[in-house]
Amino acid sequence: MKTTQILIAGFGGQGVLFAGKFLAYKGLTADKQVSWLPSYGPEMRGGTANCSIVISDQPVGSPIITTPDVLVAMNLPSLLKFVDSVVPGGQIFIDSTLIGEKVERTDVTVHYIPATQIAKDAGFSTLANMVLMGKLMKECDAVTFEGNKDTLKAFIPAKKENLIDLNCQALQAGYDF
Amino acid sequence: MAERVLMKGNEAIAEAAIRAGCRHYFGYPITPQTEIAAYMAKKMPKIGGVFLQAESEIASINMVYGAAAAGVRVMTSSSSPGVSLKAEGLSYIAGSDVPALVVNVQRGGPGLGGIQPSQSDYFQATKGGGHGDYRMIVLAPASVQEMASLTIKGFNLADKYRMTSMILADGTIGQMMEPISFEDAEIETYDKPWALTGTDCKREHNVVNSLYLKPEALEITNMERYERYKIVEENEAMWEEYMMEDAEYCVVAFGIASRVAKNAVATARAEGIKVGLIRPITLWPFPKKALEDAADKVKGFISVELNMGQMIEDVRLYTKCKRPVALCNRCGGMIPSPEEVLESIRKAQKGEF
Repeated sequence: MKTTQILIAGFGGQGVLFAGKFLAYKGLTADKQVSWLPSYGPEMRGGTANCSIVISDQPVGSPIITTPDVLVAMNLPSLLKFVDSVVPGGQIFIDSTLIGEKVERTDVTVHYIPATQIAKDAGFSTLANMVLMGKLMKECDAVTFEGNKDTLKAFIPAKKENLIDLNCQALQAGYDF
Repeated sequence: MAERVLMKGNEAIAEAAIRAGCRHYFGYPITPQTEIAAYMAKKMPKIGGVFLQAESEIASINMVYGAAAAGVRVMTSSSSPGVSLKAEGLSYIAGSDVPALVVNVQRGGPGLGGIQPSQSDYFQATKGGGHGDYRMIVLAPASVQEMASLTIKGFNLADKYRMTSMILADGTIGQMMEPISFEDAEIETYDKPWALTGTDCKREHNVVNSLYLKPEALEITNMERYERYKIVEENEAMWEEYMMEDAEYCVVAFGIASRVAKNAVATARAEGIKVGLIRPITLWPFPKKALEDAADKVKGFISVELNMGQMIEDVRLYTKCKRPVALCNRCGGMIPSPEEVLESIRKAQKGEF
């Protein structure tokens, strides 16, 4: 029995909620129990946005995450806000293009990924979120890397089908980093 | 296994309503329930239904009243301050004995309050809100799946008893996404010989009205209505029990608070504390029997709520104050952490209530 609590945080517009949705769908297609909870306060209108994803082998209790196993930080305010809440032994994924600071804690594994730079160089500058998800899937066994295309198809509307391949490329770039 | 899709709680309500045969939605936007209206706006025109954004909450609830009188499945949705505005209509609908579904995705109050989740409309939903003697069936979903299943149940019960069913949810359940399946939904239909459908010159006029100038007639109508309420109380209370078999302490919580409480109960059990959870699914009728039975075996109760302590009054009432009841609460849009609930359980074990 395993439950993984993932918190993704950044500015509104960075695709924080989308990345979380992707993870939730990954869990769903793997027949896991999942929950996805966005912040819906005024912060999502231009400030910090975050979302909580629980992926579990058993029914999800509280969807509200106070002590994440995994933190994905896409800006400095989010890192500072949540860094101390990560459980000892947890993992932190940081977009190091946007966050220059290093994590001082030694009881967590920290991954520094220049996701924004990677995405920009590869020609999909808005997909830093998915670059981070690619790395997350490599380092975290809550979800597997296989079947990304089918997962994306499940929730990207047919009108935007052209974005599926780009998202897959971004995931791959993160996975390969 | 039935196909599972990911949906927001608010969207699940809207989709379930459509599947239940609701083709009339009247609303006015307010956070955190606007997805219901947005979903209806997108879907209703495609299936021959009506989506109407009224000029106000008051207008929308009176449109619900009208459509309900015509015998169709109809709903409106809002959040706390908006539901206060609808209170007059709720009373008229009750006084006219027409069925309707009203959704309250609660936010912090009183006044304009905030937009974060809350359960502070418990009193309003279960004890009145509008004027006069009346009741509403109040359903409290704790998951996205229940947002759907209780919406369908709510329509069924409303038609069956000719009264309002209220879905009393909160911002968290409304905004979160979880897997959901619609395949087990049982849609019931009821004849509505009282409805205003046109006489075709073949029958007497039906009248839908809440005005009775003769006190004798009003008294009889109210008493008859309460006979019906009694049947609802006897037959329709729903609750979930979790780890109650050998429980010495009992947490009582509904909606999102019950999800947090469940985590705390599981942790407390791991620590060796014999604690269980009773989760009312219907807040009216309140699951009296579950509480009565628990009062005979546990040493105390902990009511976990997102308000200043509202359901706790019913916990005390239906356990006849046989056992102490502690309150573990946050309000104003804050949610207690599982650790806070756990702390209350530990205190209860030490006899601190």
